[in-house]
Amino acid sequence: MYQYDQYDQAMVDARVAEFRDQCQRRIDGKLTEEQFKPLRLMNGLYLQLHAYMLRVAIPYGTLSGRQMRALADIADKFDRKYGHFTTRQNIQYNWIKLEDAGDILAELAKVEMHAIQTSGNCIRNISSDHFAGAAADEVTDPRPYAELLRQWSSFHPEFSYLPRKFKFAVIASDTDRAAMRLHDIGIQIVRNEAGELGAAFYVGGGMGRTPMIAPCIRQFVPLDQLITYSEACLRVYNRYGRRDNKYKARIKILVHELGAEEYTRQVEAEFAHLLEQGIEPPFAELARIRTFFEDPAFEAGAADELDRSDPDFAVWADRNTHPHKQAGYLSAVISLKPVGGIPGDATADQMRLMAQLAEDYSFDECRVIHTQNIVLPHVRKADLYAVWQKLEASGLGTPNLDQVGDIIACPGLDYCSLANARSIPVAQRISERFAANGKGETLGELKLKISGCINACGHHHAGHIGILGVDKKGVENYQLLLGGSEAEDTSLGKITGPGFSEDGIVDAVETAADVYLAQRQDGERFLDTYRRIGMEPFKEALYG
Amino acid sequence: MAELLRFRDDAVPAEPAVTVDAFVEQSNALAVRIEPGDDARKLIPFLDRLRLVEVNFPVFGDGRGYSAARILREHGYSGEMRAVGDVLVDQIAYLQRCGFDAFEPDEPLAAEDVEKALARFPQAYQQTTDGRIPIWDLRHGTAHG
Ligand code: SF4
Repeated sequence: MYQYDQYDQAMVDARVAEFRDQCQRRIDGKLTEEQFKPLRLMNGLYLQLHAYMLRVAIPYGTLSGRQMRALADIADKFDRKYGHFTTRQNIQYNWIKLEDAGDILAELAKVEMHAIQTSGNCIRNISSDHFAGAAADEVTDPRPYAELLRQWSSFHPEFSYLPRKFKFAVIASDTDRAAMRLHDIGIQIVRNEAGELGAAFYVGGGMGRTPMIAPCIRQFVPLDQLITYSEACLRVYNRYGRRDNKYKARIKILVHELGAEEYTRQVEAEFAHLLEQGIEPPFAELARIRTFFEDPAFEAGAADELDRSDPDFAVWADRNTHPHKQAGYLSAVISLKPVGGIPGDATADQMRLMAQLAEDYSFDECRVIHTQNIVLPHVRKADLYAVWQKLEASGLGTPNLDQVGDIIACPGLDYCSLANARSIPVAQRISERFAANGKGETLGELKLKISGCINACGHHHAGHIGILGVDKKGVENYQLLLGGSEAEDTSLGKITGPGFSEDGIVDAVETAADVYLAQRQDGERFLDTYRRIGMEPFKEALYG
Repeated sequence: MAELLRFRDDAVPAEPAVTVDAFVEQSNALAVRIEPGDDARKLIPFLDRLRLVEVNFPVFGDGRGYSAARILREHGYSGEMRAVGDVLVDQIAYLQRCGFDAFEPDEPLAAEDVEKALARFPQAYQQTTDGRIPIWDLRHGTAHG
């Protein structure tokens, strides 16, 4: 894992001091809420419906046991003994007091963490593949590049007042586990024919009210020009992105309005100019960062067999693990989606258990997945049973990865001041429904995503089944979408037709699932069947 | 008139600033005022005769002026670069890193606040035109020039 040196630490410490000062000025009444707002927003502090919410950055989702434990301690000390892992691989605390914000940041700084740029119209936390460094199919570990981008984007003087927020994702395999093409900039590290590593740039993707899939604007940027090229992409956006309408301000609109070709032309011109400025970090820096991401000391010849004699364990192991590049190892996914639970929530005690498991069984590392689950990336197969037993005993052993119960849901009307409708209770009811009717396992992979308003924080466009909360004459109402995907076969879901009430949407999801079960052919997932048979059969069943 | 905060030793240019379009057309103008929507690159052929660039920030959240300033500095402009308008103490350090060396905020800033803000961050990650050595080069002893 990356470790701060004195420079990184000094920057974060300086931010803590600055923010402490700003909070104090607000508490003393020297700053009005209006003046304070842009300042707190640069530090991830939001004013929600009932209290302040603090969003903490987890760069590329990677945490050490010590860091996870610190997050647990913060939940205990400053919140209601739980935290909420988000679709940005971050964690949010929903019940924060302004008086405590400075102290929380100081606690975070002690374990090399912060809340810098977790909100505001700036470059946000860089996300990445949660199986980085473990997946068999990657060309290299993408995280060194994400870390380099993290440093470059931290306190970037030119790009702190962009037209709108800006999100990067970095992956390094053809299988896209990070929804790369639904980011403002998606980078795929690739190998060219000469065997050199470089970066393919996809620019202008995003969800929100106008979802778009990013086009590739350059197939190969040499690694010693990665920052310069990023800077060129951002400068064109900063200068020409729309600022007249906040709903048209994301880079996807600029790329769409200019056309990918014209945007690319402008970026290339800026890039040529910036290359002459010598702004790229020395290559030695990338080499230094890479040393932090070398393989841990895997045990050569670790047993490659799983003892499957406990049937409950076998079900979980089949469902919640991912193949590892090292023989004898697996990546194990801890579901934060118990039946009827709040997607992504974990109690302080559960966080401590996950920290302990990371330390004992996964080379002191865990990861947050954008689907609001946690990964132990490097678990010996021989240890998996012990890991599962401990998870099971703490309510963390739900075997539902990528199934209908593994729902992504945004905070919705329970917390969010922008919401039209509640997301969490709908997620809870759907999860309970499918647990009761026992169809979850039969349905197989079925990604269900719920947003409480058109801002799409719950990624509803990218769900095999998506649900969008809308407001219909003051009553909560839910639209149903089918056919979205955030994987390498990225697609956007389509609305089935008129919306449903809260009861109705739970029934509608079951109806759609039944259409699939009746129509599916060998080995087809829900998404495959939908793509083959189209919307009509679903419409008939829903509205016919 | 708002108070001028200046980090230069030369005399304050007295010429009135004209719009970018007017500047490009008038062969004798010496000072220009860039609005957020203006293309700073239009000024590049005329950098020799430019003595003052004012960059207007009607609202602090409109960050186009940061790019405008950096572009001109990258092309060798060494005269005064003045941020005017909704310029707050919390933006001063970033503005300076993008090449601004004078500030004319609508609301006067307390000198001690400015000093504190400029001294707050010990280092910077990025290479810009302000002459600071980025952390990356400090780590590896690779500073240019
Ligand atoms: S999608 Fe809407 S309701 Fe949900 S968290 Fe985002 S802004 Fe709030």
